[in-house]
Amino acid sequence: MQETTANKVAAHATSSFTEHLQRDRPELLPQYAPFAAGTSAGQPLAVPHATTIVAMTYAGGIVMAGDRRATMGNIIASRHIEKVFPADQYSVLGIAGTAGIAIDLTRLFQVELEHYEKIEGTLLSLDGKANRLGAMIRGNLPMALQGLAVVPLFAGFDTAAGVGRLFSYDVTGGRYEEQEHHAVGSGSMFARGALKKLWRPNLPEDEAISVAVESLYDAADDDSATGGPDPVRQLWPVVYAVNRAGARRVSERDLAATAGNIIESRAAARREA
Amino acid sequence: MTQQFYVSPEQLMKDRADFARKGIARGRSVIVVSCEDGIALVAENPSPSLHKIGEIYDKIAFAAVGKYNEFESLRQAGVRYADVRGYSYDREDVTARGLASVYAQSLGAVFTAEQKPFEVELAVAEVGASQDLDHLYRLTFDGSIADEHNFIVMGGQADKVSGAIEGGWQRDLSFAAAIRLAVKGLMTDNEAPDLLAKALEVAVLDRSSESSRGTRRAFRRLSDQDVVELLAEES
Repeated sequence: MQETTANKVAAHATSSFTEHLQRDRPELLPQYAPFAAGTSAGQPLAVPHATTIVAMTYAGGIVMAGDRRATMGNIIASRHIEKVFPADQYSVLGIAGTAGIAIDLTRLFQVELEHYEKIEGTLLSLDGKANRLGAMIRGNLPMALQGLAVVPLFAGFDTAAGVGRLFSYDVTGGRYEEQEHHAVGSGSMFARGALKKLWRPNLPEDEAISVAVESLYDAADDDSATGGPDPVRQLWPVVYAVNRAGARRVSERDLAATAGNIIESRAAARREA
Repeated sequence: MTQQFYVSPEQLMKDRADFARKGIARGRSVIVVSCEDGIALVAENPSPSLHKIGEIYDKIAFAAVGKYNEFESLRQAGVRYADVRGYSYDREDVTARGLASVYAQSLGAVFTAEQKPFEVELAVAEVGASQDLDHLYRLTFDGSIADEHNFIVMGGQADKVSGAIEGGWQRDLSFAAAIRLAVKGLMTDNEAPDLLAKALEVAVLDRSSESSRGTRRAFRRLSDQDVVELLAEES
């Protein structure tokens, strides 16, 4: 059957950057094809892994924080890695799992959202962004089955509903909306324990930031793959706050003070566990 | 079988150029002005959603006159070109020069090879760290490209409007002053005594977006409210 010009034009009209790449420049997409036989599933590749991310709602928005450590087996691969990124003006993305793939995925996701915004002249809805991210994670499933999984935590301000919302994912791209707070990564069970005790509804922003840093501190205390605040190198977690005004990175100075307070109060308490 | 009439290539190109020019002359003007704060883009456009001015990339904006479907497809192609390039190399490797030459090639190809040339005129603007590093490119329907300085006026009464802008343009204009100047220029092209903010489409490329707004995306569309305030202000 002869395709009409109108049909062709309509089929090519896409607002998705990924779709455009798939059609015109497939070689630029992260290669999701499974490895050739020879790499056994039993031996995961020695590549850096990013670990704990925490996120929670507060009065007027959400806060997301990530520690700065990447590990490669028992080695610390990086003390400076950043795992929380702004996805667009109203949303942020935290990544746990294989760092290389996660950073690639983040970059593609950022361009995807910006591309949509420029082509359509309007922002994608928060649910739309969350679903798009789910599809991208699902695309990575063959790699995940070989041990190179990426598990993101996505959070943003829903401008239509006027609230901050949180989404977690599994390796198949399943999207789960979380209430109140959530954490992902190897230290997440310790962080979640801390969040359950420290979080309460309608926290003011500065307290929410402090809770985020403290829950990461607890994760670092018990999980060797999570880095705690590092006063020697002056390294603090990366923290973003998103509210009606948009996403904002919390300044190093504020984080130094927040982390300083936590370390001081822990030192003063002189508790073992 | 009917014999085709012979038409000389000169005549063919001339007819096409005349056709395109007529199409463009029906449209209302768009003005791009480089000033101290950045680059201001002002268009007379009553529609709040069908834009003549758009964002292409971090420092690059697009403005067009002519047929909407034609320049909209060029704008989208530009966004795709820029996003692919920025994604595969780096964000700073996307330049107005590269984009303009891609546009010049596509417009040139359409002009010579297609049934009908595009009835559009485009401006590609890139804001630099200083005014001397600003780039303004004007592209016409036949794929010719010109590197302009200070400002570009396109559309219906471009000559008349251009004269008005030329008279008032200075290096140290603020955004507010540049937009007021552009609106004054547009009014020479219009029978109506004054232009309402609703009939204007205004956007800016902010020279200091990184320090003032914390974003590398310099493009900002002004709301009707902003435009009303700007026009009311006296310099």
